Amino acid sequence: MSFQINKLYYGDYGESKNGAADISTNQTNTAEWPLWEVFIRSKQGLDHKHAGSLHAADAAMAIENARDVYTRRMEGVSLWVVESKHIHASNPDEAGSLYDPAHDKAYRHPTFYNLPEEVKYM
Amino acid sequence: MATMKNEIDFLLHLADNALIIGHRNSEWCGHGPILEQDIAITNIALDYIGQARNFYQHAAELINRHPIGIDITQTGNDIVLPATEDSLAYLRDVREFKNLLITEIPNGDWAHTTLRLFLLSEFEMQLFTHLLQHPDAQVAAIAEKSIKEVSYHVKWSQDWVLRLGDGTEESKQRMQAAIEAIWAYTGELFIQPEYATAACLNYAAIQDVWNKKVSAVFEEAGLNIPSKTFIQKGGAEGMHTEHLGYILAEMQYLQRAYPNSEW
Repeated sequence: MSFQINKLYYGDYGESKNGAADISTNQTNTAEWPLWEVFIRSKQGLDHKHAGSLHAADAAMAIENARDVYTRRMEGVSLWVVESKHIHASNPDEAGSLYDPAHDKAYRHPTFYNLPEEVKYM
Repeated sequence: MATMKNEIDFLLHLADNALIIGHRNSEWCGHGPILEQDIAITNIALDYIGQARNFYQHAAELINRHPIGIDITQTGNDIVLPATEDSLAYLRDVREFKNLLITEIPNGDWAHTTLRLFLLSEFEMQLFTHLLQHPDAQVAAIAEKSIKEVSYHVKWSQDWVLRLGDGTEESKQRMQAAIEAIWAYTGELFIQPEYATAACLNYAAIQDVWNKKVSAVFEEAGLNIPSKTFIQKGGAEGMHTEHLGYILAEMQYLQRAYPNSEW
């Protein structure tokens, strides 16, 4: 007898759940719109950062919803949306082998340089 | 002086349009079909309240600058001097309001609400574009600021007309029902109010562009324009449907019952 145990953390969309696809293909709940992840560029020159998620029927509506939900207080100059089911997450169970080896390698940090004043956003 | 009265009346007309449609859209707050769309329509309501404030503030400024010899209301009373944006919004009676009837009819379902917004904002898009040439620089500036908001209202509401019109059998039937119900109120958009005397305004040209844009969207969505051509009109002259009184009662109650109260 064996059990499959899946630990899911906030932000993880496990393969078994298949993210939003699970919702959109569920026959009992076809009224639900798929879930989308929203990324916002707060000003020119910066990269897009994850802001949150929302529901929308398609990409065009997701952009409009993101505009209304996440940029009403001048948060952004550019938006990306991607359907949540397309995001693959690392497995939390492998956190030890994936991330722990970086702990004792301080020499990888670029902290031994003097940055000129003119360089911003580092 | 007649020119000044006309401009004040026209500003009140624009302000009342924005205030009443803003109020109607705000009624969706907390009742939207889905959280994201609830926020969207509430944002749009706030855009309209912002436009209303700009037009009321400018109207109040002109009224206060020319208080003598100008009967700024149709009934010749019920105006409080000095005028403020608040007194113009909260202390005028229903017959003084000059908003178009299409702004005051009830929201109905989501199809009615989005269709009404589409028909109105396509009109505003053209009207405000003409107002960019208005001799009063303040009016032109308000129009320029508003156009950015209205472009989004057009895009958002047009998307819904297409989605519902070209969606399921039920959504199409609901959108077509909305057209049948609201179409009679669209004729008034193009009746030039007698106080709309600025030379930059050409209502025939506005109607021409509006017809083309609306027909194109209806065609893409597979929706039909009603053959009936009866026109409901009178809002711009203060002759309203029974619905406006209820809106004003709700909106003005506090200021009427507790004059000058603030929060």
